[in-house]
Amino acid sequence: MKIVVCIKQVPDTKGGVKFNPDGTLDRGAMLAIMNPDDKAGLEAALRLKDQFGAEVTVLTMGLPKAADVLREAIAMGADKGILVTDRVLGGADTWATSTTIAGALRNLDYDLIITGRQAIDGDTAQVGPQIAEHLGIPVISYAQNIKIEGDKVIVQRQYDDRYHVLEAKMPCLITALSELNEPRYMTPGGIFDACAAEITTWGRADLKDVDDSNLGLSGSPTKIAKASDKVRKGAGEKVVPDSAEDAVAYIVGKFKEKHII
Amino acid sequence: MNKDREMNLEEYKGVFVFAQQVDNEISGIAYELLGKGKELAAKLETEVTAVLIGYQVKGLADKLAEYGADRVIVVDDPELEVYRTEPYAHALASVINKYKPDIMLVGATAIGRDLGPTVSARVATGLTADCTVLEIGDFPLEARPGVEQKHNQLLMTRPAFGGNTIATIACPDNRPQMATVRPGVMQKIQPIAGAKAVVEEYNPGFTPNDKYVTIKEVVKAVSDTVDIMDAKVLVSGGRGLGSAENFKILEDLAEVMGGTVSCSRAVVDSGWKPKDLQVGQTGKTVRPQIYFAIGISGAIQHVAGMEESDLIVAINKDESAPIFDVADYGIVGDLNKIVPALTAALKAEKAAKN
Repeated sequence: MKIVVCIKQVPDTKGGVKFNPDGTLDRGAMLAIMNPDDKAGLEAALRLKDQFGAEVTVLTMGLPKAADVLREAIAMGADKGILVTDRVLGGADTWATSTTIAGALRNLDYDLIITGRQAIDGDTAQVGPQIAEHLGIPVISYAQNIKIEGDKVIVQRQYDDRYHVLEAKMPCLITALSELNEPRYMTPGGIFDACAAEITTWGRADLKDVDDSNLGLSGSPTKIAKASDKVRKGAGEKVVPDSAEDAVAYIVGKFKEKHII
Repeated sequence: MNKDREMNLEEYKGVFVFAQQVDNEISGIAYELLGKGKELAAKLETEVTAVLIGYQVKGLADKLAEYGADRVIVVDDPELEVYRTEPYAHALASVINKYKPDIMLVGATAIGRDLGPTVSARVATGLTADCTVLEIGDFPLEARPGVEQKHNQLLMTRPAFGGNTIATIACPDNRPQMATVRPGVMQKIQPIAGAKAVVEEYNPGFTPNDKYVTIKEVVKAVSDTVDIMDAKVLVSGGRGLGSAENFKILEDLAEVMGGTVSCSRAVVDSGWKPKDLQVGQTGKTVRPQIYFAIGISGAIQHVAGMEESDLIVAINKDESAPIFDVADYGIVGDLNKIVPALTAALKAEKAAKN
């Protein structure tokens, strides 16, 4: 079985968010990590590999430094890494990104494509389903469990108040939730392999059946009119009461002031 | 984009909303989208159309009319009984290709965030995800020499970078202008009893292929709790509660406040509470009158889902917890002592009044 996992290098917005003195986001000070949902997707692929002996290829689109997440994936157990990078691909929205990745995937054999549900920088959850649409294969998003039975994949698909158990014929694209599993750590041997591994680099010319007018910033139907750092509601009062009684008296006092009670 | 599929933008008219239904019951987001859609339609001097997709759902059209739909397009077919990506995407994409809406709004639910991207790719237009503000305006926002400024564009505002930044997006050269909209953000209108909409039925034909996945099982979460998005008071607990059992103290506080218990993602990840009680970026957006954040550190993803609450009360033993940056009243202390004492005090206040 051949599995391709699409991963993205993202700034770590969780916990380690850093601000400049003027309140804007200090991206330089934030770590670049493998997107969490993608990492769960990779782990799911590696478990299928452990079980059935699959070949796992990781693919990313980004700046040359995005090769770091491919090496991390190889250190976890992936077999091959492909970096899609080209200046003409910069500034892509989800349409142009999914068009690009689909163009790269057309060069590969796959039974299963796994992406994360969404990346923590954009949070759109669009690229996975859009890749499937461009490739004309079924998509199952929000996967919380993945099983293989013959040429079929059985997936638990999460909804707001329920889940569906879905069966699809491969090839198929699945978007993974980080709840899917606990990703493994890199192994010392894996890190050694990852350092030595050759990363395949593809540019615009390597994309199959893709029109220039659908790539990069100019090929993106959505345009940014304005971007700004979010103005947050300021902090109110913070008190450090000496006892629980003082704390309660404080809250009750405020509630009375506000006519809540 | 799409030099091969030049669109005649003038042909695209009207505001359409996807009227999500589950188990033949209209989801709250459909009414919220109608409320917003009506407002946008008024600015554009056009009408708002609800697209109702399902099996034996025609009877729901009147309800959509009461919440502001001028017209309801019904796509009714046995293949559409339970949500699946392919038949629903085929239904909605076919409606878009036939009726050519200027604007297409979809809820940013677990269904809409699957349907929206698939349909937008199929009809070759842009899609802006998880919008919190929708307005009609010019693009570019300010006139620039040598750049055509388009009027009456849908300006879609959304948070990004985990809620750290906000961006306003336009889709000037493609139609429809598509957005998914966060549940709980837009306001529904006061329903107009007896209102009627023009109802049109349309069936593009459904021929199953490999993209029609098979549903082997539907497992509903057993939950008799109130939807946290409708609650006036939310008593929300985080990892600081320490255990599932300890949520009892929050339930007691919720009861005396006439509220409901909700939680942070950490609590769901630990298996203490079900997913439908989760507030935040990957959970629900809530805006109650009072939000208690108890034992919640206040990760940006959590804050994104509750910062619009009218009044935020935070209790946390960690003085540097970021939740205090958004709290109106922040109390540094031991929740295990403060919460039961607060419940008792509020009970006493209530008793004294009666």
